[in-house]
Amino acid sequence: MLVESPSRASAEPDGPVQKPRRRNSLRAVGLAVAVGVLLLICVLSIMIGAKPVPLDDVWHGVFHNSGIRNDVVIHDVRIPRTLLGLLVGLALGLSGAVMQGLTRNPLAEPGLLGVNAGAAAAVVSAIAFLGVTEASSYVWFAFVGAAVVSVVVYVLGGSRSATPVRLALAGTAATAALYGYVNAVQLLDSAALDRLRFWTVGSLADANMDTVRRVAPFILLGTVLALLIARPLNAMEMGDDTARALGAHLNRTRVTAMLSVTLMCGAATAACGPIVFVGLMVPYMVRSITGPDMRWILPYAAVLSPVLLLGSDVIGRVVVRPAELQVGIVTALVGGPVFIRLVRRKRMATL
Amino acid sequence: MSTKTLRAGGLSLRYEPRALFSVLGLVVLALAFAVVLIGSGDFPIAPGDVVATLLGDGTPVQEFAVMELRLPRVLVAVFVGAALGVGGAVFQSISRNPLGSPDVIGFGQGSTVGALVVIVLFQGSAAAAAAGAVVGGLVTATVIYLLAWKRGVHGYRLVLVGIGAAAMLTAVIHYLITKAQLVDATRAVVWMTGSLEGRDWEQFWPLFAVSCVLLPVVLGHGRALRMLEMGDDAAYALGVKVERTRIVLMASAVLLVAVATAAAGPIVFVSLSAPQLARRLTRSPGPNLAASAFLGTALLLVADWTATNAFGERRLPVGVVTGVLGGCYLLWLLVSERKAGRI
Repeated sequence: MLVESPSRASAEPDGPVQKPRRRNSLRAVGLAVAVGVLLLICVLSIMIGAKPVPLDDVWHGVFHNSGIRNDVVIHDVRIPRTLLGLLVGLALGLSGAVMQGLTRNPLAEPGLLGVNAGAAAAVVSAIAFLGVTEASSYVWFAFVGAAVVSVVVYVLGGSRSATPVRLALAGTAATAALYGYVNAVQLLDSAALDRLRFWTVGSLADANMDTVRRVAPFILLGTVLALLIARPLNAMEMGDDTARALGAHLNRTRVTAMLSVTLMCGAATAACGPIVFVGLMVPYMVRSITGPDMRWILPYAAVLSPVLLLGSDVIGRVVVRPAELQVGIVTALVGGPVFIRLVRRKRMATL
Repeated sequence: MSTKTLRAGGLSLRYEPRALFSVLGLVVLALAFAVVLIGSGDFPIAPGDVVATLLGDGTPVQEFAVMELRLPRVLVAVFVGAALGVGGAVFQSISRNPLGSPDVIGFGQGSTVGALVVIVLFQGSAAAAAAGAVVGGLVTATVIYLLAWKRGVHGYRLVLVGIGAAAMLTAVIHYLITKAQLVDATRAVVWMTGSLEGRDWEQFWPLFAVSCVLLPVVLGHGRALRMLEMGDDAAYALGVKVERTRIVLMASAVLLVAVATAAAGPIVFVSLSAPQLARRLTRSPGPNLAASAFLGTALLLVADWTATNAFGERRLPVGVVTGVLGGCYLLWLLVSERKAGRI
């Protein structure tokens, strides 16, 4: 795929070059379909909730805020929630795809490897020990926590002998330790417990425009960085030596990848708490559609992850009416079986 | 590994001096800390008086404090530590991975969900929560075993399926905590941290009964487990009934861990660290079941003493201390495993 040259493909439309070209246009169509699905989910996310909004009012409400009740619901609740879902989904799915490419490990996922738990532990410490109460400052602590854990994960996972099993175990054990710490802190400070027990679930319910504005720059910057390193990541999938021979800058790519993962995971976790399995499921599904080319995996993951996250959120609003199931719980319950199916495959088990 | 042999007439017994002395040392350490722990509290008793009281020569006040209040708590700690240590050793040996302990691969979370359902949804008593923990642990273990089954259970698949289950169960735990009233939520978090506070004879007897049956069963399979570590084929060739041994051992270990969790909550990292520390202490290969049991006990007693005495007025649940100690140990383990090129 790397040596494919477009000029030659246009000069000789027949022959063996035809096939990848057709595959690319198929992939482009697929991406357009995915964007369509995403739009549909966004509309659903605006319509469905404690107070259902009919489809006609959605259009009216989004573009003319006239102050009638449905417009207020749409503007104050549903739009921020949908936007936050879009951003967080994008962040989690894309960072999962980047981590899997970087560590060449199909089980690398921010939630499973403890990056989100690291962010959670840092935020909890900030609330309990530094007296931070403003949600606006959570994000900085979340970055620190996410950065520390993602570096640790990379150090552990980047070595040649790291099998998916070992990496997943290390991540799970680290997650257990971090949550143990979080529990202990909550125990010492029951006021913190009351605030934190909702935050540690992973929920979009408290979304507002302030939160969206606060995390959007970080997530978008992370997204741009992730999309920029698609080509070198492709090269690195073939091994370090081959990648170097193909002209990829290994260290620069690694640092960029870590930076983008940290930005995205930290911001996403700060905004709505730890959410697992999105970064595992989406790249797994995407790879079965696009094949191993990162230049297609990343855009697909960027579009389909919000579909999954918003879809889970919409499901969570419907299943236990009139209450809501938090999105983090829905993704875990949906993602768990996918994960188990993944590890039951023959190839995985023999690693 | 230097093995020595005792011979008496036609009988001979093979033993490793270092392992033997390590186990004896651990027993002494555990006994010493048990006596100190019984003696410490709002009504301090000197170690000599503790021993005297245990032998039946104490004053009535000492008698009450020791026999009614502190002895059951210490005994619960002893058996919980042993059960967790052995359970961890069995699972780490079967999964052939130092991180494959029951609290990492989902069984602890299963017990927690069981107990939390009782606490949060039914506001049940402590005994009911304990029963919920046992049921939750057993159901989870069965489901994980069945999901990991594919012409026999491969260690890695068991671990990975367990990790998936653990993540799902963690979500359920968080959900139950958000559903709860603050009072119940606090109770749930205390339970989840693992505590020995207020444990009495009521918690001790079921734990004691199960341990008395299962600890010998597991220790009796120690040789078979050691051969299983060489791989299924080699073990089979050496006359081990592979799948049967594995299922007996796993069922026993799951029950031990579930009963221990029911008695004291999911105390983290004891089952992770005890077998590893035991292995380093005895320097002998194999699962080191007996050493793990005593190390688990010693570890829990030391942690409990630290939790109740080291923080001044504040009596922390023992799970906080094992969590912190275990976290540091885990970090060290990850670093050394990486240096050795195994991660």
